[in-house]
Amino acid sequence: MEYLQISGAVLVLLGALVLLIAAIGLLRMPDSYLRVQVGTKASTAGVALVMIGLALIIPAWFGKLFIIMLFVMMTNPVSSNVLMRAAHRNGHPKSPKTIVDHLEEDEKTL
Amino acid sequence: MSEIVLTLLFIAGFIMLLALALTFIRFIIGPSLIDRTISFDVITVGSLGLMALIALLENRQIYLDVNIIYGLLSFVAVIVVGKYISKTL
Repeated sequence: MEYLQISGAVLVLLGALVLLIAAIGLLRMPDSYLRVQVGTKASTAGVALVMIGLALIIPAWFGKLFIIMLFVMMTNPVSSNVLMRAAHRNGHPKSPKTIVDHLEEDEKTL
Repeated sequence: MSEIVLTLLFIAGFIMLLALALTFIRFIIGPSLIDRTISFDVITVGSLGLMALIALLENRQIYLDVNIIYGLLSFVAVIVVGKYISKTL
């Protein structure tokens, strides 16, 4: 029982570190597209780890924590995709180091 | 809960607060609307985890219901900003 709680707390700590990685990447990346990539992936993984860790600490709350985790994992990529596709169609500036842009090629051929 | 579990949870909470503060810096200096919306999204998703942690420390399950509605509203907010910048709203 005690080991389960300690492993849950370690998972929560890992999730917090992944959220910190998301914040640092958001500060360091040069471009909006790279920023949304690092922010969405890392924050989704961080929240999923935190929820799993909390569910290990209190197993009676597993249902609601699992619903929150599933909800974040479904909606966060969708919202970021909608936002950045709209920005790309609007001609949002890219970093000058960008070498490949598949969405632009696809929209030219359509 | 034992002492070591509480210590680890408090350290995790402070690390999450630090992450939210760093994201808020990007929210302030972000050159465009897109960067501010991204950092808003990361702030709300990070505060989902922080809020669930506070629900466990305060031992109140009602905060998890607040959490679900908060995540729903942040999702709708980002979708609305996407619709707005594609000039179809």
